[in-house]
Amino acid sequence: MPQFFQTIGLQDIGAIVPELELAVFGMFLLIFDLLIKEKRKIGYIALLGIGVSALFLFRLRGVGYLAYGGVLRLDPFSIFFKGIFLIAAALSIAISLRYLDIERENHGEYYALILFATMGMMFMAGAVDLVTLYIGLETMAIATYILVGFLRSNQRSNEASLKYFLLGAFSSGILLYGMSLLYGISGSTQFVDIADALSRRPLTDPISLMAMITLAAGMFFKIAAVPFHQWTPDAYEGAPTSVTAFMSVAVKAASFAMMVRVFMVAILPLRPQWVVVMAAVSVMTMTVGNIAAITQSNVKRLLAYSSISHAGYILIGFIAGNDTGLTAVALYLLIYTFTNIGAWAVIVALRRKDIIGEHIDDMAGLFFRHPSAAVLMLIFLLSLAGIPPTAGFIAKYYLFAAAIETHHNLLAVIAVLNAAVSLYFYFRIVVSMFMRDATERTGLTSAPGLTIAMGVAIVVTLVIGIYPDPFIAVARQAGAGILGF
Amino acid sequence: MDFYRQHILSIVAFWPLAGMFVLLLINKENKTLIRWWANLVVFSGFVVSLPLWFWFDRDSSDKMQFVEKFTWIQSIGADFHVGIDGITLLLILLTTFLGPLAVLSSWSAIENRTKEYYAFMLMLQTGMLGVFISLDFFMFYVFWEVMLVPMYFLIGVWGGPRRLYAAIKFFLYTLVGSVLLLLGILALYFIYPSIAAQHPDLAAQFGTTPTFNVLAFHAMAQYLPYNFQWWVFLAFFVGFAIKVPMFPFHTWLPDAHVEAPTAGSVILAGVLLKMGTYGFLRFSLPILPEGTKHFVPMMVALAIIAIVYGALVAMMQPDMKKLVAYSSVSHMGFVMLGMFALNPNGLNGSIIQQINHGISTGALFLIVGMIYERRHTREIAQFGGISNVMPVFAIVFLIMTMSSIGLPLLNGFIGEFAIVMGALQENLWWAVFAGSGIVLGAAYMLWLYQRTMLGKIENPANEKLLDLNFRELVTIVPLIIVAFWIGLYPAPFFAVLDKPVNKIVAKVRPDFFQGAPRLNAGNGDAR
Repeated sequence: MPQFFQTIGLQDIGAIVPELELAVFGMFLLIFDLLIKEKRKIGYIALLGIGVSALFLFRLRGVGYLAYGGVLRLDPFSIFFKGIFLIAAALSIAISLRYLDIERENHGEYYALILFATMGMMFMAGAVDLVTLYIGLETMAIATYILVGFLRSNQRSNEASLKYFLLGAFSSGILLYGMSLLYGISGSTQFVDIADALSRRPLTDPISLMAMITLAAGMFFKIAAVPFHQWTPDAYEGAPTSVTAFMSVAVKAASFAMMVRVFMVAILPLRPQWVVVMAAVSVMTMTVGNIAAITQSNVKRLLAYSSISHAGYILIGFIAGNDTGLTAVALYLLIYTFTNIGAWAVIVALRRKDIIGEHIDDMAGLFFRHPSAAVLMLIFLLSLAGIPPTAGFIAKYYLFAAAIETHHNLLAVIAVLNAAVSLYFYFRIVVSMFMRDATERTGLTSAPGLTIAMGVAIVVTLVIGIYPDPFIAVARQAGAGILGF
Repeated sequence: MDFYRQHILSIVAFWPLAGMFVLLLINKENKTLIRWWANLVVFSGFVVSLPLWFWFDRDSSDKMQFVEKFTWIQSIGADFHVGIDGITLLLILLTTFLGPLAVLSSWSAIENRTKEYYAFMLMLQTGMLGVFISLDFFMFYVFWEVMLVPMYFLIGVWGGPRRLYAAIKFFLYTLVGSVLLLLGILALYFIYPSIAAQHPDLAAQFGTTPTFNVLAFHAMAQYLPYNFQWWVFLAFFVGFAIKVPMFPFHTWLPDAHVEAPTAGSVILAGVLLKMGTYGFLRFSLPILPEGTKHFVPMMVALAIIAIVYGALVAMMQPDMKKLVAYSSVSHMGFVMLGMFALNPNGLNGSIIQQINHGISTGALFLIVGMIYERRHTREIAQFGGISNVMPVFAIVFLIMTMSSIGLPLLNGFIGEFAIVMGALQENLWWAVFAGSGIVLGAAYMLWLYQRTMLGKIENPANEKLLDLNFRELVTIVPLIIVAFWIGLYPAPFFAVLDKPVNKIVAKVRPDFFQGAPRLNAGNGDAR
């Protein structure tokens, strides 16, 4: 904690400086929007804001602190995830700069909304209180609903936004219902008290179960787990591609961070009950996601289904529920953030003046036109499929290891077979890029932001793949930090 | 020199990869330079690996030599850990020996996207060598999977008409096997600490934390519970059997072979398939002895089916390359039969036969490739009387045919003889089936030779064929020399194999050297 806040006795403020800074920057962006004509500059200012916030966050590393009377926790876990959100937001903005120009929708609000959404996520990762959690969640969700519909003149974007909003509001309602039951049981909104109250009740207590089921349903919706996944392909396809990238990593990571807090702390006493539900959901999610992805010819939809299946894998970490499992969840989300943003960056680049560039055929022969982009995409896809020596392999390895360590052998077998299946559809893109002839539609936009984002993503993907040690250490610290300081 | 000697395995393994990075700097239009460079890299790679043969200490050929060990991923206990014993010595030399021949054979066959082609060939070479030298299971797995990517591209980009189908089929089949293998590895990894905690000798030598050290697993084998071995054996079985490939997992092989470019087929048959048998030899047998014994009947049955079925299907093939591909299935059946006879003769034969198969089948694929480059067809019916126009080719083909069917004086005989001996020691019927496989093998190979090479030229398209040129001779003659070497004087090969093989036998059947009883297969005596 920075000395300054301690001396003036405002530790609580000090604990949320990165969030506050983002909020302030977001509001300033709205004002700058009126003054600055060239909207790309607002993007740069937003990046600056994220950078400053990251700096504050970095100064908080290693701090363990319970702020505001026990509603927000500052611990390695929340700092780790806040870092992921900031990285994801920065990379998303980097790939948006040119893209929004091409879509003719470059407005200052876009960047402000990303900052607000990120701020909401940061509260979600730190919240150990139902109310704080919910407010963080809604801050993120509302900003995201607007971002999905940001292409105002585009029908698909509007449709996606409305669908996402309706289903999202509905699921938030269910979540809220579960929260109210938990409050009824415990008389408190804090996770520790809830866990305490639940542990005094029998495992089969109907109200506890009801609370667990509704809570789980709401969360499964947020992470797009089967059978609550139907909104995902539509929302991902309709949203501006840069927003899809943001959603598929940041929003997903935030939802998982929230899930870890709720499932591994608040309703941990109900673990024997929810583990069964989660195992079933995990198997369904990865299988349905992978099988549905096979038939997609729209790349955005394909990656949407792939992101569904990845949510299924990550649930294994919860089912394992030990240190390895939580480390795996943290590590997987970190790796997935870089790899997936990289892949989405390539797809964002496919959008050019008159070409939408979402079809798998639009990538035909990409290797001949833009060899380096095609090779990068190949590596991102290998990483998504979990082939060494990419980061994705380390991520999958950790999840499978967690499953085997806790003797969930059947689950592990289903998961690895799914991982093998997933290679098939990722390689449909590879076939298109490397083994077809280029058409007149083949080509990429090039922009410094895109190049930088791809560069960062590829370096991290390969470095984690070849020398994962430091990253595993950080993820392990985060995973283990969920309970003690 | 000291540095070289201490790090020879890393140097040998990463030599082609280093060469690949340099290759990437060459302008892709400069095809001649690319070809020269790639050939230079693999050939010098072979030269670099030669000292292994001379420096290898034959008196302790069952111990790991040239060992290097560094911490790699501390948090999960994975090391960079390499070393070779007599078995891997031969497999590594086979790899570095076949590599240059395969690369040289592509000189005129690969005209488009030359740079990527050679880059993938070099990457593949490193992947294969990495598999054979790894003594850390995690590292082994990384190499095992890494190799799939270049092979996929070799088939998928430079292959025949159905290349995309064949490439993805190859990739998916192998991947399914390898991910299950990974689960088996993880099971061993996690059971190790609990076993080390009970057995101080193990803990003293290899520590008590989870490890991927293959040597620790070898030492742990005797303490592993039977049930555990049973399951892990199955996981390993799927991984390795798909690679071998054993019946009924063989269906990817003919597709991959037929569609792959010649060099791809040579590497695939020559080295890649050996990774499956090597897996059984290095991991399944010594780490899971009880599981191995339990599954002997199944393994032998599958091996015999592969021998007979592969041979029968090969006989019916109208396409030369497909014929050779199915002959691979049959020959790999021999390898598996010898291995699961679980006695020194069988295992020795099995390993020698792996080398032989690399030599003979590799050569046969080169031969088919040579004729394909001239006629752009591999259909047997299109040929006949070729020996009239290509006499040198006819002799080469004849020698390799004889080597493949196991004619005495040539390499195939040594391996098959030892395998049949090993099988006979255990069960008369195993030997009978193996013998029938040899007869069938002779039938389809000789028939192929007769239909394509002998008689009069009937197809006018064959009248003007040119005989082998110098480059083609250079690719094939080394194989002929080695075939004769193994056939006439195999002692140097057995000299490095005896000890490691006896060690494996002693591990799987501790009673074997005390009176050599027949294997009571399948009774699960540790149950």
